[in-house]
Amino acid sequence: MIDFKSITTAIDNGLHELMPAPAALITECVLVAVCAIAAYLVFAIIMIYMERKVCAAFQCRLGPNRVGYGGFLQVFADVFKMLTKEIIEIKNSDSRLYNLAPFLVVMSSLITFSCLPFDNGLQILDFNIGVFFIMAASSFGILGILLAGWSSNNKFSMIGAMRSGGQMISYELSMGLSILTLVVLSGTMQVSEMVETQTTGWFIVRGHIPAIIAFIIYIIAGNAETNRAPFDLPEAESELTAGFHTEYSGMGFGLFYVAEFMNMFIIAGIASTIFLGGWAPLYIPGAEGFNSIMAYIPGFVWFLGKTFFVIWLLMWIRWTFPRLRIDQVLVLEWKYLVPIGLLNILIMTICVVMGWTF
Amino acid sequence: MELNIVIFTGLAIVMIVSAIFAVTSSKIMRATTLLLFVLFGTAGLYFMLHYTFLGAVQITVYAGGIVVLFIFAILLIGKGSVDVTQTSLLRYLAGMATALTGMVLTVYLITNTDFAANFYTGEGVPMKELGMALMGTEKNNYILPFEVMSVLLLACTVGAILIARKK
Repeated sequence: MIDFKSITTAIDNGLHELMPAPAALITECVLVAVCAIAAYLVFAIIMIYMERKVCAAFQCRLGPNRVGYGGFLQVFADVFKMLTKEIIEIKNSDSRLYNLAPFLVVMSSLITFSCLPFDNGLQILDFNIGVFFIMAASSFGILGILLAGWSSNNKFSMIGAMRSGGQMISYELSMGLSILTLVVLSGTMQVSEMVETQTTGWFIVRGHIPAIIAFIIYIIAGNAETNRAPFDLPEAESELTAGFHTEYSGMGFGLFYVAEFMNMFIIAGIASTIFLGGWAPLYIPGAEGFNSIMAYIPGFVWFLGKTFFVIWLLMWIRWTFPRLRIDQVLVLEWKYLVPIGLLNILIMTICVVMGWTF
Repeated sequence: MELNIVIFTGLAIVMIVSAIFAVTSSKIMRATTLLLFVLFGTAGLYFMLHYTFLGAVQITVYAGGIVVLFIFAILLIGKGSVDVTQTSLLRYLAGMATALTGMVLTVYLITNTDFAANFYTGEGVPMKELGMALMGTEKNNYILPFEVMSVLLLACTVGAILIARKK
């Protein structure tokens, strides 16, 4: 298994030899930021293409197939179309907040994105409170949505933003509970350590029943957090045109769109990190030959494979279930998911204390 | 060390400017958003000192909790676009008095506290230590405040259900 820490340390040392310490630090920050934003956009492009193809497959269509090979250039064509759109000034809207809102959403998802461990040592932010920081960073994206809805001076936007607020705050709770369940199992909150322990068995296998329950709760809550069907009430197009981003055109809308897709990637990435072992290869106790063959596959392939598997699960849900009503959404969270989640933590704690885990 | 000062100065400028505009802005939504930047700046200071737990708590509780609550409250009472202008002289004086008292108190505390510079190790506090201190029953541990907090939250939940339930 390659340790990317050696590569990053080498770059760090090289830069420190070239220039004084503060300059080296600033250069590193800029390099890391450029890499993070580039990766963010590349994954967004892949996911938008994937969404169209998966959606088409579920609806027995072909999907985009005219622009480029298999329609792969469709996303780029869409980006250019979006760039040519007119940015409209909305009457009686608070233009500063209106322009700020998409950036808050993107900032929140970009910070969360930089906590994902792509491979051994290939991680931008790795605090000792890791998982908690992820929760913290993803919690203020909602502010951007609320501000967007309010500053658009449009009733549809406003209703969408309020729905989104209620929904995201509620579902953050059961997401936190399911992550906490896995923190109980792993005994650490640091993302890199969590993955490290999973090199000898993924948590979803080690934690068996409570971990599987937590995974299901996490997937449901994650779907709601990203405002996607069956929880896409904030932008329910049949009733609210486009919800909180109705009034946005051009890249303002583009940023919301990209952030929504990347939030799905982040949800899937965290799911694959804490449940499915992140970059840790498949490990079967006893089968040494098999394990060593699996270890030859690079870590980032494992991580991306698992992440895109979870994304595919999310898309499957998205294109299969009809939209819920707002009261059903809230009842599902407060009457079912939260009590089950609380009970599940208790079960997991008992399992860990009694040593009933693998 | 010098870089630390540069970062601190940057954060401080952002915080002070946002704070001043938050107070002087006549639009309540803008004031709330600027308050958000002040809170982010505070979180940034904690991260600069490697107190990552405190920084994350700052973001979760204040940015993701309190400010969202503020915005919700403003939106629910439908006063988002109201201009906040002081009309009553009494309120103006009371506000000034409160602000001055706060400032005098803060300056007094800052000048009279012996800041233990060597208390700061430059390393974060491990999560385990924090958890143990939070749930410990020994000296300087926080089990009692923790339990009082839990009771308070329970009371809030019961109160919310009581208000929201159907008759």
